[in-house]
Amino acid sequence: MWSRSYRNRPQMGERRTLELDVATPGVDATGRAVRVPVGVAPPAEPSEVGGIGSEHMLLNLGPQHPATHGVLRLVVELDGEVVVRVIPHVGYLHSGFEKLGEYRHYNQIVPLTDRTDYLSPMSNNVGLALAVEKLMGITITERCTVLRVIACEMSRIISHLVWMGTTAIDVGAFTPFLWTFQERERIYNLQEAWTGARLTTSLTRVGGLMADVPDGFVEGLRDFCRTFPKTLDEVDRLLTKNAIWCGRLQGIGVLTGEEAIDFSLSGPMLRASGVPYDVRKDRPYLDYETYEFEVPVGEHGDVYDRYLCRFEEMRQSTRILEQALDRLPDGPINVDDPRVILPPKRAAMNDMEAMIFHFKQVMQGVEAPVGEVYFPIENGKGELGYYFVSDGTAKPVRWRIRPPSFINLAALPKMSEGHLLSDLIAINASVDIVMGEVDR
Amino acid sequence: MNPSVSALRREFGETIGRATVSCGDTIVYVDGGRVRDVLAWLKTTPDQVYNFLVDITAVEYRDPERALEVVYILFSLDRREQLIVKVELAKDGPLELSSAVPIWRGADWLEREVYDMFGITFLGHPDLRRILMWETYAEGYPLRKDFPLRGRFSRSEQVRQALNANPEAHYSMEELSIAAAYHDLPREMRERIDRGERDVVPELQEPTADG
Repeated sequence: MWSRSYRNRPQMGERRTLELDVATPGVDATGRAVRVPVGVAPPAEPSEVGGIGSEHMLLNLGPQHPATHGVLRLVVELDGEVVVRVIPHVGYLHSGFEKLGEYRHYNQIVPLTDRTDYLSPMSNNVGLALAVEKLMGITITERCTVLRVIACEMSRIISHLVWMGTTAIDVGAFTPFLWTFQERERIYNLQEAWTGARLTTSLTRVGGLMADVPDGFVEGLRDFCRTFPKTLDEVDRLLTKNAIWCGRLQGIGVLTGEEAIDFSLSGPMLRASGVPYDVRKDRPYLDYETYEFEVPVGEHGDVYDRYLCRFEEMRQSTRILEQALDRLPDGPINVDDPRVILPPKRAAMNDMEAMIFHFKQVMQGVEAPVGEVYFPIENGKGELGYYFVSDGTAKPVRWRIRPPSFINLAALPKMSEGHLLSDLIAINASVDIVMGEVDR
Repeated sequence: MNPSVSALRREFGETIGRATVSCGDTIVYVDGGRVRDVLAWLKTTPDQVYNFLVDITAVEYRDPERALEVVYILFSLDRREQLIVKVELAKDGPLELSSAVPIWRGADWLEREVYDMFGITFLGHPDLRRILMWETYAEGYPLRKDFPLRGRFSRSEQVRQALNANPEAHYSMEELSIAAAYHDLPREMRERIDRGERDVVPELQEPTADG
């Protein structure tokens, strides 16, 4: 038996698909993914009173459970294996960032943003800097704009890579996790070379960046852009038409477009339901309107479409990265304004005026005019917005983070009720939460 | 200035207060009593369609005389237009506002967070309880300006309270009503469950035509 199947194994280049039973979702004879009918299975009839299993069970999932992606606690009411009700509990990682921000200068808030969505710290930094710059009316330099686009897209890729790896683990595939984390490691190395930190990058400052990219960074990123699509293709071959993957994810956690808007979802969660809203396209910032890229939009609004959306977004992010590297201009990274940018250390030590500016900025901070601003950016998780209210001092009266994963998570009960407990894990994974941001 | 402001003034008259522009964003102040009507009108009226609720939050200013503000950030996905609606709540009056959950389900957790952090009650919310802090948290509302940055109690006192707390208190009232622990609840919690205060989404009243 073994030798025969060995002889009959597919040759290189031949399509490697399993022959499937008709009832099994997966691929058809032409190799296209077959969809299972969309729609939630009706909840099982309540079992007879007095019989075995007549009582609903209350099950605690988390907060210390790897499948809840952090310290999320779900209290699940179960009828047998069918989820009747889900009550999420958040707040175990509440750190009071918004309160802390009211006691910090604007530049001192940057490290706090690293720690909210810690899977894409650089784009959080960029969002914060853009919001404060809009409040203060600062126009950043061209090189800084392009470098910030690079930071945002690198963050989106690593955020989606973590999502893909962990979701595959939740559904039972371990291999993609290793592949995606290996690619993530390469971006982390670049991030470390640029900012000195792998996780807490604190990349931006009001009016510019903490540092310019180091020597070899552009080549390293080009190398990544060249080889990364190959890894994506491998994951694509392993998952997209995989019978188990399709069977576990298709038709699960369906939200229509209206429901997704009703729940204020954003990012891939919203786009998978067929609503083509992307902050980069609809409210452009950082000259995103001048880049060529597509916004993938799903049609079924299930977990599988969210997977497809995020997958395609990584390819598009690679495209944006290549374009950004091509156009990266020379020039300063910081605006020429001693009110907001620290003078170079040499000047601060030798020049009286520079020293005064240095002292005033460190001790008093940068004062923002009276007013308020809401600035959204498209983060990996969705629309990340920063809302500032200023009373004219160097510290904001109110700093509000619009947390995309917090708002996306609110739709979890709606998506998962009526599904099986194991589907709840897949649905929870598809929301792509990061608890640092949910709890803030 | 966003043209929706003048449309609002035509529709609602005196209910609409002052309007300002800050950093290109239009901010319009609305009387607290009519905020649900205004939001529903903004969402459903054909040439407004602010169908996407971006965020609900609140602001307390450092000036202790100044009223609290509840901020609704709305966005029209079709017209790509943003409008910020604000409601002022005087500190000496009741901090109450009608809930926006019947208009957007997404308002559910956002209003719970505002309640948790600022102590503003949203009338008609189906499940208004603390979300980031725990249900029995008794130190007050963390984002209010009179709340000290380091909290009201020392670290040792906080640990002592945590050790003395009833672990069942970390379940919400619904869960306890499912579980057998119902009879161990404090009396006031049992009464609130029995009154059915939780988990009922009220029907949305259509805004009246005369404004």
